[in-house]
Amino acid sequence: MRCLKSTETEMLKTTLTAIVAATCLMAGPAIAKDYKLGDLAIDHPQARATPPKAPVSAGYMTIRNTGSTPDRLVGGTATFAGKVEIHEMKMEGDVMKMRQISGGLEIPAGGEVVLKPGGYHVMFMKLGGQLQAGEKRKATLQFEKAGTIDIEFNVEDIKPGSKMKHGSMDHSKTMDHSMSGSSN
Amino acid sequence: MSWAALAALLLILAGVFGYQSWFGGTERSLMAGMKMGAPFKLVDHTGKPITDRALAGKPAAVFFGFTHCPEICPTTLVELSGWLDEIGDEGTDINAFFVSVDPVRDTPEIMRSYIENFSTRIVGVTGDPAEVSRLAKAWFVYFKKVPLDDGGYTMDHTASTFLVDADGHFKGTIAYGESSDTAIAKLRRLVKSASR
Repeated sequence: MRCLKSTETEMLKTTLTAIVAATCLMAGPAIAKDYKLGDLAIDHPQARATPPKAPVSAGYMTIRNTGSTPDRLVGGTATFAGKVEIHEMKMEGDVMKMRQISGGLEIPAGGEVVLKPGGYHVMFMKLGGQLQAGEKRKATLQFEKAGTIDIEFNVEDIKPGSKMKHGSMDHSKTMDHSMSGSSN
Repeated sequence: MSWAALAALLLILAGVFGYQSWFGGTERSLMAGMKMGAPFKLVDHTGKPITDRALAGKPAAVFFGFTHCPEICPTTLVELSGWLDEIGDEGTDINAFFVSVDPVRDTPEIMRSYIENFSTRIVGVTGDPAEVSRLAKAWFVYFKKVPLDDGGYTMDHTASTFLVDADGHFKGTIAYGESSDTAIAKLRRLVKSASR
């Protein structure tokens, strides 16, 4: 294999950089950063875009626990919200019920919990201002064992019925806690 | 157990099932044709007085919710305005209302910036809590204040959109999460029934 001249190397580097940059740009806001904290992996944190002056928004993500002990998402803080709580929404018949999850949301050992519309969500309250699609907003999540992690939520227009994107996962181990059916 | 107690128990059970079939309801339910609503005096999202007369003369889609609502309410407003757009000119024959079940926090100012973000077609209704409560009852809408740990609160509430004809007779509901095709078909049918 012949050696590249330094100018060729430079060109190659520039081309590669351009390709990587273009790919990132094209992927746009659909790709959110994924995070790791100890045994926990947090995929695609996203917050619901709001109308102006809306007092609340919801945050969604997938949290996987690759460890052998369960952990709990107990709360957090956000630069853009006065209060952050973990809530669950449930339909009972045609009545919407929302409950704070006291004691935190369990992330089972070797399993995952999906926070998504119609189920668990991070509840952002006392919003400091409108959340607009395309923005990124900083927040800190607190876990009982793993501690705290700073993450960025992609603000997205979350359309009704839209499928939440999350990374590839081992389905043999998944435990979707958000599917706790409504009990009548 | 005495027969009277047993009879009472059966009555209660019948009531519970009746309640569920009503409120799970569609136009096939026991509520079909029932007169919905009651006279009211409240304010709209622009701060102007609004009464039951705003509903008269045209079919209406009525949704009860609140702005401290992370999912159902914004989703319903987005969908409802989309459906009304979708049926285009026919849609102008339907009045659409978003009634706050949390009128203490949902001032007209809040309601205005909230609703206008979604649609110019939907009228917000808020005002005196006792009056709102009476109105919700007259629509068979359930709502309940639920305290949160920090002293704040959230609301449980009926999440369906109610459809009534121009005379306020019950024509069905659009359930939360119902497919757009079904919802649009229901709205079209509502317009048609009005023009017959």
